[in-house]
Amino acid sequence: MSETIFDKSRSNRHAGAQVPVLDETTDIPKSYLRSSDLKLPEVSELQVVRHFTNLSQRNFSIDSNFYPLGSCTMKYNPRGAHRIASHPGFLQRHPLAPEDVSQGMLECLFELQDVLSRVTGMPGVSLTPMAGAQGELAGVLMIRAYHEDRGDLERDEILVPTAAHGTNPATATMSGCKVKEIQVRKDGDVDLDDLRQVVGPKTAGIMLTNPSTCAVFERSIVEIADVVHEAGGLLYYDGANLNAILGKVRPGDMGFDVLHLNLHKTFATPHGGGGPGSGPVGVNEKLQPYLPTPIVGKRDGKFVWIDTDEMPKSIGHMSAFMGNTGILVRALAYALMLGREGMIRVAEHATLNANYLAARLAAEGFQLAYPDRRATHEFLVTLRDEAKSMGTSAMDFAKRLLDFGMHAPTTYFPLLVPECFLIEPTETESKEQLDAFVDAMVAIRDEAKSDPQKLKDAPHSQVVRRLDEVRAARQLDLTWSSSAS
Amino acid sequence: MPFIPHTEDDVSDMLATLGISSVESLFDEIPEDIARADLSGVRSGLSEMAMTRELAERAQRDVAGPCFIGAGCYDHYIPAAVWDLASRGEFLTAYTPYQAEASQGTLQLLYEFQTMMASLTQMDVANASVYDGGSALGEAILMAVRSHRRSKSQKVVVAGAVNPRYLQAASTLVRSQGIELEPAPQSNGVLDPVAFEDESEVVAVVVQQPNFFGNLEPVDEIADWAKKRNARLIASVNPMTLAVLKPPGDWDEDGADIVCGDGQPFGIPMASGGPSFGFLCTKMAYVRQLPGRIVGGTVDSEGKPGYTLTLQAREQHIRRARATSNICTNQGLLVTAATIYMSLMGPQGLRNTAVQCHQNTHELVARLSRIDGVEPTFNSPYFHECALDVGQSAQAMVKQLAAEHGVVAGPALNAVDPELDHSLLVCATEQRTDADMERFVQALRDVKGSS
Repeated sequence: MSETIFDKSRSNRHAGAQVPVLDETTDIPKSYLRSSDLKLPEVSELQVVRHFTNLSQRNFSIDSNFYPLGSCTMKYNPRGAHRIASHPGFLQRHPLAPEDVSQGMLECLFELQDVLSRVTGMPGVSLTPMAGAQGELAGVLMIRAYHEDRGDLERDEILVPTAAHGTNPATATMSGCKVKEIQVRKDGDVDLDDLRQVVGPKTAGIMLTNPSTCAVFERSIVEIADVVHEAGGLLYYDGANLNAILGKVRPGDMGFDVLHLNLHKTFATPHGGGGPGSGPVGVNEKLQPYLPTPIVGKRDGKFVWIDTDEMPKSIGHMSAFMGNTGILVRALAYALMLGREGMIRVAEHATLNANYLAARLAAEGFQLAYPDRRATHEFLVTLRDEAKSMGTSAMDFAKRLLDFGMHAPTTYFPLLVPECFLIEPTETESKEQLDAFVDAMVAIRDEAKSDPQKLKDAPHSQVVRRLDEVRAARQLDLTWSSSAS
Repeated sequence: MPFIPHTEDDVSDMLATLGISSVESLFDEIPEDIARADLSGVRSGLSEMAMTRELAERAQRDVAGPCFIGAGCYDHYIPAAVWDLASRGEFLTAYTPYQAEASQGTLQLLYEFQTMMASLTQMDVANASVYDGGSALGEAILMAVRSHRRSKSQKVVVAGAVNPRYLQAASTLVRSQGIELEPAPQSNGVLDPVAFEDESEVVAVVVQQPNFFGNLEPVDEIADWAKKRNARLIASVNPMTLAVLKPPGDWDEDGADIVCGDGQPFGIPMASGGPSFGFLCTKMAYVRQLPGRIVGGTVDSEGKPGYTLTLQAREQHIRRARATSNICTNQGLLVTAATIYMSLMGPQGLRNTAVQCHQNTHELVARLSRIDGVEPTFNSPYFHECALDVGQSAQAMVKQLAAEHGVVAGPALNAVDPELDHSLLVCATEQRTDADMERFVQALRDVKGSS
């Protein structure tokens, strides 16, 4: 561990260029004023620059490493999109600036609504949700509002496949619904018989990802839509895996009523060490009145905000202003550079890369979780046999991959596949990189046979060895104090 | 092909490995009758240059004069080093630190951030951020209710003037769980002391300091009142002001239970209101009810100190339907910028900036009040932001100031309270110069003269 910024602090040292000099007096009554010490570091500008530059170098990132984290779509984040979103005209616009001095931004948002509407096949789009999970919440709240509006008050169950992302059931609970799990068959598709058993007059809707979290295309999607619709429920599409089908098939055509997109996945906006995300929602005509506000409209050649006063059935605001606007600009810039041809290329090359990598790993003797299915933009490998015969877990493989300069795939998700890796190479990785990953996996398996301890002790090349997570949770150390170090 | 490295030879080799002749075959599990995405309405691809030209023209259209709007988003100076460092690819293009050993940079930074926020608010712990100030208030309310299972009440009292946009966003998040937000009476732009006589059961009390109008709420009395009602106290604060104002942990005897707010003032451009980040701080007793990512210190297998995500058993990927929240991502990039900003400013820099903002606003209010028919709406002490009565429809005036004079002011307060239709908020950050203020004064004079 490197020194913290607090260890570098010395009383009365400061980054002089940043500090306004002024007359200290204020007219504020004393009872309102701070008397506690403010323990921010007192450091020079160079110390700050060096500290955070050094910290940055202790990270794996897309810019520095292959990052095949399944379900996260860690593709290249184009610099052009980042730079245009950093244009002073965009950065200096106050969110409450009047429409007359906001036409440029409003036009960007209007155009993005249109693009997302076309690629999803959903006539209504709202850009405000600030992450996928917020988009999910907006979606389920719209489903609830729709049923309530029709006087159908008993529908409080949300159906979720057992393999679903954890956010799906958590969202259903947050929106006041109960969660009913649906079984997934051995071939990765939803068990239609189980669905027919569970669906009923209490069903508000079902949340599905397609391609699914088992990394295969849900082939019976049309039948699922029919079953749920016939029971009076609606279909929610979790857009986490849209990268696989961009320009190939639209959720609107599969029978979904409402969806969210993850712009930080499919539309290449930066993940920023854990966010910001952006999770716009799209809906069909049925749900359009309930969209979260504000959205952008066009009247008499002018772009205007449309808010709850014009949409009284809206589920309301999801954020203080207009969601993660700067991320929306990046997504638009990316969409403009791709164009319609580029979008189809994304799906095709993401799918080609995943299928190629799956085939190569299978040829080297690794076991695919669904060997009889096409891979989508990602696929599942199970290291169950390796765990049994060599005593090395998927986590050991994951940590050893770090020593090969590659970020580990998503591990242990979905829960129903033991010792699994969910591998998503994305379309922006070259064939050479995919081949290098296969070589690394083969080398690690060879090590697992000859020297399994080497895997269990991994990583060897990082600034720390394997960290004790149990201790972190039992002996909570959540803030720095001078005595702690 | 933009962003795709494959040559034609690569594609042929890969197809050969797969034993297929065309990429199309890889999509053969999609039922034919739905595989008909029509993208003809989407434009053809642009080069980076052409895209930049087109969007830069739009950005340029929104360039206006000096900004005097606050209301939850502030035009502070951002030191050059903040985004030079935050935009490094290793911060910008990493993801949630699931592989802790390969993410020590982000993890240590988040640990330092948690430390800074805890000291700023005088709370024991902070999480690694939520989405924004509005959703942070929503999460704080849900957290208060979760942490107070003995309370039979689902009623949350809003004590004084809380940012209406925060209340709207929070209400969307909490409504479906049966929680009601109930406003307490106000007078003179702060909580009416008559409210203190109400002793009915409530689960939580929300207060914002300084409040939406910039006025200072009687926070010690509100903290005492919340305690007597056995309610959790939630404070929503502008973190910049805490360098000067009494932090929520020091209010009355026990302090606030949960502190939330928006981190935008710390090195984050206004950017139409997002992305910024929401923060949540609390007492150690409630740490297991805190949603979102939390970073903890630990040791590696050789005893060397390091950092990892911790208390993950609260989170959706483990607890699923029983998680504390559905939140998954945070706003890591913005937290990175804020941590660098706080390090550059230090305690003195932050304090001086906050004081300078207040002095500028004070000066602006004094100058504007010299115009006939213009005066402060309230006579409560305020900090950094102030409501001004302009003697005519403020909504029309705000529009005119922007369209005719390029002065970006407001918001008009008629949407908050129809009785305040002659009032708008003003705020002058440390960036506003003497000339900026003169321009506002002249513009307001002109607009008033012409009406």
